[in-house]
Amino acid sequence: MTSPLQQKIKINGPVVVTANRVGDGAVVYRRADGGWTTELHDAAVTADAGVARELVSAAVADDLRAVGPYIAPVTLTRDGEVRPGNLRELIRRHGPTIDLPVTFGI
Amino acid sequence: MYIYDDLDRTLVTERVAEFRDQVARRLSGELTEDEFKPLRLMNGVYLQLHAYMLRTSIPYGTLSSAQLRMLAHVARRYDRGYGHFTTRQNIQYHWIKLEELPDAMADFASVGMHGMQTSGNCVRNITTDQWAGVAPDEIEDPRIWAEIVRQHVTLHPEFSFLPRKFKIAVGASSHDRAALRIHDLALRLHRNGAGETGFEVMVGGGLGRTPYLAKTIKSFLHTRDVLSYVEAILRTYNSFGRRDNIYKARIKILVHELGAEAFAKEVETEWQSIKDGPLALDPAVFDEIAGRFRYPAYARLDDNPKALAHARRSDPLFDAWMGNSVANHKLPGYAIVTLSLKPEGGTPGDATAEQMDAIADLADRYSFGEIRVGHEQNLCLPHVAQRDLPELWRALDAIGVATPNVGLVSDIISCPGLDYCSLANTRSIPIAQEITRRFHDRDLARELGRLHINISGCINACGHHHVGHIGILGVEKNGEEFFQITLGGKADEDAKLGTLIGPAVPYAQVADVVEDIAAAYIELRERPDELFIDTVKRTGVEPFKERVYAAR
Repeated sequence: MTSPLQQKIKINGPVVVTANRVGDGAVVYRRADGGWTTELHDAAVTADAGVARELVSAAVADDLRAVGPYIAPVTLTRDGEVRPGNLRELIRRHGPTIDLPVTFGI
Repeated sequence: MYIYDDLDRTLVTERVAEFRDQVARRLSGELTEDEFKPLRLMNGVYLQLHAYMLRTSIPYGTLSSAQLRMLAHVARRYDRGYGHFTTRQNIQYHWIKLEELPDAMADFASVGMHGMQTSGNCVRNITTDQWAGVAPDEIEDPRIWAEIVRQHVTLHPEFSFLPRKFKIAVGASSHDRAALRIHDLALRLHRNGAGETGFEVMVGGGLGRTPYLAKTIKSFLHTRDVLSYVEAILRTYNSFGRRDNIYKARIKILVHELGAEAFAKEVETEWQSIKDGPLALDPAVFDEIAGRFRYPAYARLDDNPKALAHARRSDPLFDAWMGNSVANHKLPGYAIVTLSLKPEGGTPGDATAEQMDAIADLADRYSFGEIRVGHEQNLCLPHVAQRDLPELWRALDAIGVATPNVGLVSDIISCPGLDYCSLANTRSIPIAQEITRRFHDRDLARELGRLHINISGCINACGHHHVGHIGILGVEKNGEEFFQITLGGKADEDAKLGTLIGPAVPYAQVADVVEDIAAAYIELRERPDELFIDTVKRTGVEPFKERVYAAR
């Protein structure tokens, strides 16, 4: 697989950098201050390919805290809310679209 | 049950200690992800959309009640209270934390379970018929052979870095319940004209983006030669299989490109050089391994006890379940019971910790403490006295695993799809759930008869869509979920790959399409007992295609 640093970055709109947290695999987003957050609204959002490249480069270097960083699309609502840009990212953000198995009350 | 020896226990325990150290080094930063990834994969640890995923092997689909309770414990203690049984007789946990994985593995090791060789380019969990040892049409218990091969290939240094993963299945019945032809290597035990027992050897099956059915390269292999012949196949694959292109690295591509005959010739040459060496099976080794399989102390019972007949007459729901989920056992007075993990609106193959605990208790009470896992993602109690069936049914019904839909339209095989899987293009579970709701009328499901729907959320085909009577494959088009439909696939002794009926349909239309196909079948079949798959075989897919696309 091509490293995210070697991939040509094409951006058609706002993006964030996302990954999974090393210790528990939770979905995390890169913050502007170089930290990670589980809250999408705290993520660094950019529509600039150069900035996105810098964000993902720094994220890749942060191998101790996050696994497999990549650039993911987001959308911005009129009031500035950040939302996942596709179904995969929506599911990563909010979890499976199905109910998890229920307990049958034994 | 197979009873592990000290060597097995030591191997599993040492692996836990090794992995604990590797995890500690990863968490401390001593190991990078690039260094750690191959190590975690060797233990069945993947990273999926939401979390790490742990895949644990259930060799030849056989579980003791103690092991099933451990599956429940791990689900409850380390995950979110459930597990997912896969099409390869494994279980997967989707919410495991890396920090806790060594403890989970240690708990598994305490009952002889592990995740070794459930990932990576090695020989994976060896699967077989979930009715092994109890099926009336079986000539010998195939698990003994699966275990012999398993012991040989486990941590075999020569086969730990194959060009790609390698899946083996073993069968020993006239009716194939192990989907032999879709495996890289399949061994079918049968008798030759002289009454000797040997294997038909099939190679090069597999689904994914380039599906092939395995081809027979040897129609009769003496059982003494099984290890040397398997070794010769693996060596041939190791030597000639492609490593430059992941999409062409499976043995099926090699067999296809070389031709089965030429491939067999290469295997034969290699085999001749090793067949009379140390790999020739020593009968004492066979006896030792066979002796580690313990069989229940069955009672002498009569078939069809009067109380059972009475219960069937007096309760139509019980009678429907009996007709659907209970199969003949090789011994009189006993039965094989399939537990459906496909409730209406549920996730195919999922079981909660509470269900697993309850099933373990029922196995102790009614099935000599033994449970089986089938590739159709259902469970099975293999040794139930027929007189106990009414009581067992009530208990199974109370925990939601007695839906009488085994082999019917709502007994859907499905991969986890985009709800969990990082490889998936589309969701598959919600499609399965919607179809079960559309066909919730049990009379309609019975009217349709045997009908297998298999769903995969991407071309990797973990949901075996190519061999579904109706196959559903998710593809992404411009960011939207679309689904290709195939008809006429099957994974039994007459295995076939399905035929694509036309352009992919959008997510919202898939269940409608399945309803259209079902309605077309009712109209097209010549007799009520002509199965769906036989109607498709007779008519081809055209009339179904017309029905599906005329309305769209």
